[in-house]
Amino acid sequence: MTLSAQEFLQIDFPALLAAVLACAACALVGNFLVLRRQGMMGDAVSHAVLPGIVAGFLIAGTRETMPMMVGALAAAALSGVLIEAVRRLGRLESGAAMGVVFTVMFAAGVVMIEQAAARGVDLDADCVLYGQLETILWLAPTGWGSLLDPAAWAAMPREVVTLAAVFVLCVALVVLFRKELTITTFDPALASTLGIPAGLFHYGVVLLVAATAIAAFEAVGSILVIAMLIAPPAAARLLTDRLGVQLVLSVALGVLAAVAGYGAAAFGPLLLGGEHSLSAAGMIAVASGLILALAALFGPTHGVLGRRRALGRLRGAGAVAAEGRSS
Amino acid sequence: MIDEAIRILTFQAGFNSAVVVAGTAALGLAGGTVGTFLLLRRRALVSDALSHATLPGIAVAFLIGAALGLPGRSLPLLLAGAVASGVLGLLTVQWLVRQTRLTEDSAIGAVLSVFFGLGIVLLSLIQTLELGGQAGLKTFILGQTAAMAQGEAIAIGLLAAGAAATVALLFKELRALAFDPGFAAVQGWPVARLDLALMGLATLVTVIGLQTVGLILVVALLIIPPAAARFWTDRLSVLTIAAAAIGALSGWLGATLSALLPKLPAGAVIVLVAGAIFLVSFLFAPARGLLAVGLRNGRLRLSFAERRALAGLLAGRPVDGPLAWWLGARGFLRDGRLTPRGEVAAKAAERNRRLWDRFLADYPALVPAHANWGVDPIDEVLPGDMVRLLEERALP
Repeated sequence: MTLSAQEFLQIDFPALLAAVLACAACALVGNFLVLRRQGMMGDAVSHAVLPGIVAGFLIAGTRETMPMMVGALAAAALSGVLIEAVRRLGRLESGAAMGVVFTVMFAAGVVMIEQAAARGVDLDADCVLYGQLETILWLAPTGWGSLLDPAAWAAMPREVVTLAAVFVLCVALVVLFRKELTITTFDPALASTLGIPAGLFHYGVVLLVAATAIAAFEAVGSILVIAMLIAPPAAARLLTDRLGVQLVLSVALGVLAAVAGYGAAAFGPLLLGGEHSLSAAGMIAVASGLILALAALFGPTHGVLGRRRALGRLRGAGAVAAEGRSS
Repeated sequence: MIDEAIRILTFQAGFNSAVVVAGTAALGLAGGTVGTFLLLRRRALVSDALSHATLPGIAVAFLIGAALGLPGRSLPLLLAGAVASGVLGLLTVQWLVRQTRLTEDSAIGAVLSVFFGLGIVLLSLIQTLELGGQAGLKTFILGQTAAMAQGEAIAIGLLAAGAAATVALLFKELRALAFDPGFAAVQGWPVARLDLALMGLATLVTVIGLQTVGLILVVALLIIPPAAARFWTDRLSVLTIAAAAIGALSGWLGATLSALLPKLPAGAVIVLVAGAIFLVSFLFAPARGLLAVGLRNGRLRLSFAERRALAGLLAGRPVDGPLAWWLGARGFLRDGRLTPRGEVAAKAAERNRRLWDRFLADYPALVPAHANWGVDPIDEVLPGDMVRLLEERALP
């Protein structure tokens, strides 16, 4: 297997960078979904944006990102309003309300895509589902030296720049509102008595998740977005009890999943003698699943084995105490 | 076009199309019946994890079939793979919820995306292997009735009918499970096994729905019909039958539409039809629909305001504005004074109010939950001897 520096920097580096940034941003905001028991919100939003993306594309008539993102954001906001309306006015449980809204909106998006295809417009449900990580190219670099060249960095593909901006925005918002986010997540009633608008932060979190997810869709697809919103924060939650540590850890685990998954997808088959690479987005999702499984099994205090060991120790201590009393 | 639609709807457009339409209607019927109990058990979204988790199983089964040299894609093998990995996904969700401190929503989201991601990796692997018959695999994601063979449609119909019949047989047991699992366990029902049976039925519906509706949208067959039926009734037996009917109607109309417009993916069309039925139910259903509830609340508010105004007039407080107009239209008020009819109504309202006040003060523990206190005629709510007792105490 031979891989020149130029090839790596032009093909793999920008894709890897996009994956890492998308995973880090999704993992960071996903923490608040996991802690607020709204894990399915990511799933619902990422299905419900499809008609918005298609509508933005059809109205603008171009493959420009801006109209599609605006359409997606509008669809995400609409789905949030509809879910809340069905839940409150229809008095249905929130899971069922989400299920009704996101399946219908996704179905509408699929039908719109097929209608557009009938009129000769090239749009594919696949690219929304699986993303197009493999098509992100950075043509500027000629060798390792280009990494130090500002002109080469300026030619970085637009997807990577967008994702970097979104990641910075997420970090800034979380750092800025850390106190408010913490208190509204763990005790919304207390937050309200302290004068912090818990409802506003609820919608703020959903909106931030939607914006992050939409920015990441184009590069990595909706499946990976759902995996990254849930799996790294869930794994981090099993490893620590402190919110600050959990936030940092989840981002680190997201980055780890991105690097390991991309590496396995792009270079794994080559090492095994195959010629083609596998789906990188899918492989990153699998890597994040493996990380979650390891955390669930071997997490020191909250992992299954750790808890069993602690229980055993407790039983042993109990037996010793009982013996001491009886003698 | 219209003629064609009517011929397909009435099963006259050739045997094949009739079988596909009937099979899809049976699928909708099964989804509605099984989904009713999933909804009441608050497990609607668990089936979403289940359906996404079938993809890696389908891919592995395809690889096994290719390794064994089976020609093209063998449907029973693919569906067996779907069942295996779907159940594995379900068990993983349960394991995460029971054994770790993760909540159910996180467990569902993680399993759904990771299993689907694995499926995508395997599909991309299959693509590089250049095996025959792999084009059919992608139809499992978004669904396609056009690809359905006669025998497959008949099998789907029979299995769906079997699932619906099982729900009918287990109706009493599932009812106990849905409303009060703790009580059911105390009564000696095998709650864990019933839960397993319910999830087994959901798995069956999901897997036979994969081909028609596709694995992303098959969850809609289990969620939308019972959610729509919920607006029509408060009785479980009626709810189950209504959900089955709505599911069957969605499948029937959706399959017909997609036969007419073969470009459209059948699954999406069926889900949109179900969504339209949901919207109509949400707005206009007489029992819990938005319009009916709004009208009922408005009527209650009006009758309350009317009684207050009448009591006020009796005590000499004048009434004006739209309420005065309304009392005039009812014949209770003329030129700012009570008519004889109005006086009768006002006295009755005043008596009703005093008796209710006395009752609420003296017997707060006996207040019935279903009545509108102070508004409903007390003689119709409380037994006669209680009303006489209240009359002695409250009326001079």
